[in-house]
Amino acid sequence: MLVIKDLQASIEDKQILKGINLTVKPGEVHAIMGPNGSGKSTLSAVLTGNPAYTVTGGSVEFYGKDLLALSPEDRAHEGLFLSFQYPVEIPGVSMVNFMRTALNEKRKYFGQEPLSAADFLKIMREKRTIVQLDNKLASRAVNEGFSGGEKKRNEIFQMAMLEPKLSILDETDSGLDIDALRIVASGVNTLKSKDNATIVITHYQRLLDYIKPDFVHVLYKGRIVMSAGPELALELEDKGYDWIKEQVDSQQ
Amino acid sequence: MKENEKPDKGNQIIEEAAQAEYKYGFVTDIETEVIPKGLDEDVVRRISALKGEPEWLLDFRLKAYRHWLTLKAPTWGHVHVPEIDYQDISYYAAPRHNKQGEAKEIDPELKKTFDKLGIPLEEQMRLSGMAVDAVMDSVSVKTTYRERLAELGVIFCSISEAVKDYPDLVRKYLGKVVPYTDNFYAALNSAVFSDGSFVYIPKGVRCPMELSTYFRINAAQTGQFERTLIVADDDAYVSYLEGCTAPMRDENQLHAAIVEIIVEDRAEVKYSTVQNWYPGDKDGKGGIYNLVTKRGLCRGDHSKLSWTQVETGSAITWKYPSCVLKGDNSVGEFYSVALTNNWQEADTGTKMIHLGKNSTSTIVSKGISAGHSQNSYRGMVKIAPKATGCRNFTQCDSLLLSDTSGAHTFPVIEVGNDTSVVEHEATTSKINEDQIFYCNQRGISTEDAVGLIVNGYAKEVMAKLPMEFAVEAQKLLSVSLEGSVG
Repeated sequence: MLVIKDLQASIEDKQILKGINLTVKPGEVHAIMGPNGSGKSTLSAVLTGNPAYTVTGGSVEFYGKDLLALSPEDRAHEGLFLSFQYPVEIPGVSMVNFMRTALNEKRKYFGQEPLSAADFLKIMREKRTIVQLDNKLASRAVNEGFSGGEKKRNEIFQMAMLEPKLSILDETDSGLDIDALRIVASGVNTLKSKDNATIVITHYQRLLDYIKPDFVHVLYKGRIVMSAGPELALELEDKGYDWIKEQVDSQQ
Repeated sequence: MKENEKPDKGNQIIEEAAQAEYKYGFVTDIETEVIPKGLDEDVVRRISALKGEPEWLLDFRLKAYRHWLTLKAPTWGHVHVPEIDYQDISYYAAPRHNKQGEAKEIDPELKKTFDKLGIPLEEQMRLSGMAVDAVMDSVSVKTTYRERLAELGVIFCSISEAVKDYPDLVRKYLGKVVPYTDNFYAALNSAVFSDGSFVYIPKGVRCPMELSTYFRINAAQTGQFERTLIVADDDAYVSYLEGCTAPMRDENQLHAAIVEIIVEDRAEVKYSTVQNWYPGDKDGKGGIYNLVTKRGLCRGDHSKLSWTQVETGSAITWKYPSCVLKGDNSVGEFYSVALTNNWQEADTGTKMIHLGKNSTSTIVSKGISAGHSQNSYRGMVKIAPKATGCRNFTQCDSLLLSDTSGAHTFPVIEVGNDTSVVEHEATTSKINEDQIFYCNQRGISTEDAVGLIVNGYAKEVMAKLPMEFAVEAQKLLSVSLEGSVG
């Protein structure tokens, strides 16, 4: 579904991604790990079309479409979802209003009629149980006054609502206690199917205990410098990144 | 469940509306009686004669006119009102054959106009509804539900008719809250005012439906001088709504209104405005000058007056709906959203004058500036030395949507005793790119995202509007922002 070729990107003239190659197929879970500043979050921002970043080379195909040519909202409609590392607060905008707008925009994109209020609320009720969010959520403003854990659960709730084909979880485990981590991970696992795929960006093995990756990639200095099976994550947990850094730096 | 549905409906409409421009900019082709341009005593007499007014009212007008001649237009506002040639305006324009009471059937063309504006001039067979006084240019063309309201003793009619039918009431109250000496535009209005609404709610009556006046400017090169007078007697309650639109024209047009409200013992008046006069085009050409004096007197003990306004229109807005809190324990409220885009200028706010003991006031002002516009909050909270135990809370927020727009606040606070408490909070923020991208990532376009965020920002005020108006107002905020991002 996703084919990234030699992707390069910069922010404010600083080159961050220096040639990323990655292929993701339906049903797969890819973990992207790496030390701070290696470009992990940049990759998710570039894929979702954050205007703060400039693509300076390479290509990204998503189900055969040129992803980079699409607007951020069309990328979302096509089935790309980002669980933000730092979900923003939108004061005064209720979750119901926000989600209903999002869902109906997607339906519009595919030429479908908007959902009735009743149908929408029914879906919302179903989906929020996946991450154990309570009913008060509906009337609360988007992320406003949410705790760290609630914000992350709210991200997965939105993922459940939008049913993306490819979800990128950007450090979804950061700032979570172990209970919240379990809820979030179980939500992600519930939503997993043979037709969708997940990219998990994380520093730690911890999350991967719950969300089992098929592939683990190490991102360093804007490139994927190592790819292997789930055992790589365990090795990294054990040995850290220094040995990879040394290996890469000595080659340069 | 019901509660959940509310914002959704609004949002759906936001979407539809986001694709529209100023959609009230059409002109009705109707035969209009316009008096020649210019202003002198003869014109004042002529307006009075056209309306068949009694001597005392002509006197009032002439005194106001003579006083006006001695005044200069105020220049303290943070707006640029160009030199207005008052001899180049026509002061009276009326759709022919459609003054109230003169024709049995309303002109189909007029009915069509108000239909197009979404204002029903037919009384619906529903139990509840909204009574409408429809004012086109200088005259009221129709007031609905009058008979039903009359059964309760509620008077709702155009002020011209009130002068004829209830002269004592009008004479008792007219000019008592806003005297013609008040300011330049008030003097002008008092001299040449044309139509507007008169509302009287008798003692102990809770008006069973929303009363509303819809002001429409149609004729070119004319000014509209609205005059509205609302009286709520002891223990009465009324919710009154005001809406305004005008055609798109390259010239500027003047709307100089006076609204006076008197609230007696334990009575309550809610006054809501959605002001959507034509704001001019994206280069700042054309648009209405909205120069308005609105003031209410909470005369009775435990009386309450609440102003809610959503201001999106007009090239220039200069208005300060105010409360004089004379009664002990009286309550004044002011909730405002003022949105300016392109080259619009707004200088708006309120005055809360505390004269009664233990009187309280709340001010919530939300300014939104986009394009090259200038948006100012100007407010005064004054607590008289004898008005002990008073409270005021003011929250004054500004949201900037562009680097080229301005937000300004000019608060004045005078507290005359040490048992009163005044609080003032103010914030200025810029719309956040992270918020917009977050919405984008969920599939919401930037334009819709701005609409959502702005409506969220203004929610506290919008929640004070009656439901029908709230939906309309949400829609307006989004439409008015069109082209302000991206």
